[in-house]
Amino acid sequence: MTQAVARQVRKVLVGDHAVAEAVRLARVQVISAYPITPQTLIVERISEMISKGELKADFIRVESEFAALATVYGAAAGGARAFTATSSHGLFYMYEMLWWAAASRLPLVMAVVTRVVGPPWNIHNEHSDLLAIRDSGWVIGMAQNVQEVFDMTLTAFRISEDERVLLPVAVGLDGFILSHTAEPLDVPSQEDVDSFLPPRNPRIPYVVEPNGEAITMGNLPKDDVYHAILKELMDESMENAKKVIAEVYGEYGKLTGRNYGPLTECYRCGDAKYIVISMGAWTGDILNAVNRLRNEGYPVGVLRIRYLRPFPDEEISSWINGVKGVLVFDRDYSAGYGGVLAGEIMGLVPHNVSFKGVIAGVGGFDVSVDEFAELIRDFIDKTERDGPMRVRKSWYIPRR
Amino acid sequence: MVTMTELHRYGRTKFIMPGTAACPGCPLQVGMRQLAMALDGKMVMVIPAGCSSVIPGTAPNTAYTWPTLHVPFASSPAVASGLVRALRQRGVDGPVVVWAGDGGTADIGFATLSGAAYRNDDVLYIMADNEAYMNTGIQASGTTPWMAWTTTSPSGKTEERKEVDLIMLMHKIPYVATASIAFPMDFIDKVRRAVSIRGFKFIHLHTPCPPGWKMDDSYTIRAARLAVETGAWILWEYNQGRLTISPPSIPYKDKSRRRPLEEYLKIQGRFAHLKPEDVKAMEERIDKQWDLILKLAEIFK
Ligand code: SF4
Repeated sequence: MTQAVARQVRKVLVGDHAVAEAVRLARVQVISAYPITPQTLIVERISEMISKGELKADFIRVESEFAALATVYGAAAGGARAFTATSSHGLFYMYEMLWWAAASRLPLVMAVVTRVVGPPWNIHNEHSDLLAIRDSGWVIGMAQNVQEVFDMTLTAFRISEDERVLLPVAVGLDGFILSHTAEPLDVPSQEDVDSFLPPRNPRIPYVVEPNGEAITMGNLPKDDVYHAILKELMDESMENAKKVIAEVYGEYGKLTGRNYGPLTECYRCGDAKYIVISMGAWTGDILNAVNRLRNEGYPVGVLRIRYLRPFPDEEISSWINGVKGVLVFDRDYSAGYGGVLAGEIMGLVPHNVSFKGVIAGVGGFDVSVDEFAELIRDFIDKTERDGPMRVRKSWYIPRR
Repeated sequence: MVTMTELHRYGRTKFIMPGTAACPGCPLQVGMRQLAMALDGKMVMVIPAGCSSVIPGTAPNTAYTWPTLHVPFASSPAVASGLVRALRQRGVDGPVVVWAGDGGTADIGFATLSGAAYRNDDVLYIMADNEAYMNTGIQASGTTPWMAWTTTSPSGKTEERKEVDLIMLMHKIPYVATASIAFPMDFIDKVRRAVSIRGFKFIHLHTPCPPGWKMDDSYTIRAARLAVETGAWILWEYNQGRLTISPPSIPYKDKSRRRPLEEYLKIQGRFAHLKPEDVKAMEERIDKQWDLILKLAEIFK
């Protein structure tokens, strides 16, 4: 662990307030959001900060999430640092603007407090909402705890505004499990954040202003390959984002003493013969299960996906290199296919390696450490007994 | 009031570069040029999907000589809200204008319009109303007049026309007006008065569209003028508490001075199927509308 340079204050905050704290320290200029559970605490806290003068920003009270993303898109085009936050149905109501914002190459940060998508109405945690935006051109991160929620939000501005990236960044945090749970976290001073995150240069990539350059954004393309070229450039930026994320966290680690992944993180993987892969807060429970299995003699580690976009294929491949089995936990379901992570990761797993995708927690039910341990033990035992399996999709639904 | 001499100054100014993709006789080109004259071409514009996103040609080029954001159909008022807040945060001043059609305004974009108006964001909103979705090939919109033919109302629209300007008035914004491309001095004055006010300003601009109205390319201005002269399109202005009938419409407060409605209807193929009783019913609607606007002028004296 590196020695922290920054003077930090220990605070106890719920995940949503940690997002607001990062927004304040990032000196965001325009914020817009529509309330939706479990995101509302972010909006309320930011409004409070502005009304108390702790943050000099415009909070735009909009009539919908579609408008929320449209306003911050407009704000970013006008040269401001801008932020929004949403969840579930709100995120889906933004869907058209998600694509427009990404392909317009404007820096933006959005917190996505993950939640089940109805029907029926369900406010609990699931990752299907966040994962459904993976093709739109956003950099997508998913935090494990409140400290990481804060760190991921703050670093998101650096990543998004980097000239080599210029893509919007979504910061995922598990609904209620992180959004409404208080944990201690270390918060750097404004001075240190200012040195890490200077004000946004309004001219990068372009600014639309009265008397400004007569640029045009978003009208019809000139020829039939124009669009393909744009997408190719976006792809290049996604690849650049891998390097930029590593650099940004390198610098952030020196400042705060907190070192991350960058795109993934592996616990007890050095000598592991089996790797369990997951994303988000429940990785903590999986880690406990794995610690227990280690005591029982199972050589198993946990690989956590921190950023799903850009897709960390090289990192995943290097972690699973030489193992006997890979087990993926999805808290989501892509209808007609299976778990999203399992689907994306399966292609990286050689055919002679045992593979299983488990869909669990869909609809928000809790999966206990015991249950995780049981599922992992079962996978390893079967593989050892019968040889490699190839199960893309299996459901874990406790009949209570 | 703007003078002719002043406007002559702009005779050779190409606010919109030549070679656009507009149809011959396009009313949007006329209206947008008048808007540019009013603001001396100094503005930022937000345009949702519609003819005006196609007219300027293909990126990275544009026929419009001011910075322009082309945005998804329903989003333009919200984008403008964010844009204007960012500019003010950065200490940059100058008009932010939304230029949108009837679809983007009255229908799909209505929620964001209402939101931006209710927040009173410092935006000038021009609704260029050609009374149907023309860019997708003439489908009925919320402002398509009663009985008008469109491809989705082939035997005439059965619903009433949505009164967007009056709905905007009830948002208690500082400025709402109607205008017509056939009366440029009136429109230009209105734009200039509007941008001098902080807050949300809404101008409903009447823009007759030759292909959409099934009329000759050369009839654009004639149709726009006849709409005012028959009383079918009333020019009025609400400015911070006061509602007045605008000079070009003042004579037509007196019904006897209005031209017969048929003169306006007969040049439009979209009304060719009208029966005499339909025309009569339309006349009655016009009378009622005048009644309403004159009463509003009494209330907002
Ligand atoms: S359809 Fe009408 S409004 Fe659209 S470009 Fe043609 S003339 Fe102009």
